[in-house]
Amino acid sequence: MKILVTVKEVAEVEEDFELDGLRVAERYLDYDLNEWDEYAVEEAVQIAEESDDDVEVVAVTIGPERSEETIRMALAKGVDRAVRVWDDALDGVDLLDVGAKTRLLSAVVEDEDPDLVLTGVQANDDSFGATGVSLASAIGFEWAAVVNALDLDAEGGVANVRRELEGGVEELTEVDLPAVLTIQTGINEPRYASLRGIRQAQSKEIKPLALSDLGLDAAAVESDLVLTDVYEPETESDATYFEGDAGEQAAELATVLREKGVGAQ
Amino acid sequence: MSDVLAVVEHRRGSLRDVSFELVTAGADLVGDTGGDLHLAVVGGDVDAFAEELSLAGVDAIHTVAEGDEFNHDVSVQAVAALYEALDPTYVLMGNTVNGLDYAPAVAERLDLPLVTDAIGLENDGGLVVTREMYASKVESTVEVDADRAAVTVRPGEWDAAEEPGEPAVEAFSFDLDESQVRSRVTGFEEVGSGDVDITDADVLVSVGRGIEEEENIELVERLADALGATLSSSRPIVDNGWLPKDRQVGQSGKVVTPKFYIAIGISGAVQHVAGMKGAENIVAINTDPDAPIFDIADYGIVGDLFDVVPELIEQFE
Ligand SMILES: Cc1cc2nc3c(=O)[nH]c(=O)nc-3n(C[C@H](O)[C@H](O)[C@H](O)COP(=O)(O)OP(=O)(O)OC[C@H]3O[C@@H](n4cnc5c(N)ncnc54)[C@H](O)[C@@H]3O)c2cc1C
Repeated sequence: MKILVTVKEVAEVEEDFELDGLRVAERYLDYDLNEWDEYAVEEAVQIAEESDDDVEVVAVTIGPERSEETIRMALAKGVDRAVRVWDDALDGVDLLDVGAKTRLLSAVVEDEDPDLVLTGVQANDDSFGATGVSLASAIGFEWAAVVNALDLDAEGGVANVRRELEGGVEELTEVDLPAVLTIQTGINEPRYASLRGIRQAQSKEIKPLALSDLGLDAAAVESDLVLTDVYEPETESDATYFEGDAGEQAAELATVLREKGVGAQ
Repeated sequence: MSDVLAVVEHRRGSLRDVSFELVTAGADLVGDTGGDLHLAVVGGDVDAFAEELSLAGVDAIHTVAEGDEFNHDVSVQAVAALYEALDPTYVLMGNTVNGLDYAPAVAERLDLPLVTDAIGLENDGGLVVTREMYASKVESTVEVDADRAAVTVRPGEWDAAEEPGEPAVEAFSFDLDESQVRSRVTGFEEVGSGDVDITDADVLVSVGRGIEEEENIELVERLADALGATLSSSRPIVDNGWLPKDRQVGQSGKVVTPKFYIAIGISGAVQHVAGMKGAENIVAINTDPDAPIFDIADYGIVGDLFDVVPELIEQFE
């Protein structure tokens, strides 16, 4: 069996930042593996560890060379090898839309021929939350979105999943394989990479693939969406702020709380 | 002229709130272009739902009597068939957990550009969508460079439509390809409650990722004790296993309406806010003056929780 896990290096914006055109200026960005992908990676590695059969776990990312450092963290946690899609045609693209990501990942799926694809529910930078299900539709796999429990019955050809709906309700669903599942945080406890894992990851393959390697041309990454403006939202806050040092702030808050009957034994 | 097809949502016998918000968003989008707003109701008690959805601004309701509960395979096929039949310019869906489960497949199948989680829509000779990025730190506008599009709208951003109207209600039938229904919903489960019911509490001390380490949870526990409050949290705290699931406030946790909600080291992500915006008084303690939690706070302290919380405990112990 082969499991393909999509992973993305995402940037987190620092508390204070400046914009540079349609981007947050590079010096205010901290890069890390997308939170949701951590759980998808862990889920795939656990399936591989618990299976009696040989299970290969392959990570795929769309990202520039810089992202290799982050992708290597997934390799250190037990992913066998990785594929990194990038191309000059992607340099300077402000917004790669869901359609374009789907075309790229579909080509990788065709290449790799996995039995199961795990993605994160969303990436924490542009938060479209759509790539996994879009990919499933394109490659003819079944799917389930926002999965917070997974029991794989590879022989029976189904995945029994729980989908985390709103309001503390979970939906129990049977999904025919092959499938794409978008993984929700909390489904497992992502491990820390061991020193041995980190060492081993150094010699694991991260294969770079350009559009031509995937049988695609620049048209594949043409986006139907154009980012036209990026700005800091105006604060809508009409809160009463307590100023001063921590002691003064706490004292003022305490006064309000007591006035309203909180903490007054 | 732009016609809009909006797809409503229901679960376990009731329409979801987002359905009525989709009517408002759809009617705005149709605006004065002279187009029509169509609603699609797929599955469940479609006739009762259609009656509830007979609202001003809606031109036609198309009912698809196929199954009781949401099934994404059925929804995708039904919406695709309706799209072929009605030829709308825009397809609107909810950015809900079920929306995430079928909208991307609808867009892919119909070869439509997809914009998710819209918080603003403008039809200005082309579709312009406002949405957030980087955990709400920045907002962006996205122009759709195509004649048609699929869009999911964020729940709670548009007012719910209420004014009654008289749309045409039409049963829509299509040939469901059963071989392409490859997932089956077998049941629902409520996430259990432990010995503490945070929805009952008058005062909640709620802790988020700003607390950094499991061993620091004790600090906010002490505050909760000193205030006679109950401890709740944002999602990452529960994901990390530092507090049980029944303490989680938010979209996928509990919806709480205490007299005081004291958010400590919580950024105020939309999925968190969905669970606590109804609190009577909201206090936010956060190092980041631009954290979205301050937008809904009544009282704010911009400061380090590790400085402020001990001082606060001292005030009450
Ligand atoms: C389908 C779905 C469902 C979800 N359901 C929920 C849900 O039910 N509930 C929920 O909460 N989330 C939910 N989320 C997750 C949500 O999107 C956010 O990731 C989450 O709410 C963030 O939690 P947080 O505010 O604690 O952490 P962060 O966003 O990381 O914020 C931490 C905050 O702490 C502040 N901080 C850091 N250090 C300090 C310090 N020393 N003193 C004071 N402040 C400090 C930071 O400035 C920051 O604002 C869901 C997401 C998805 C996709």
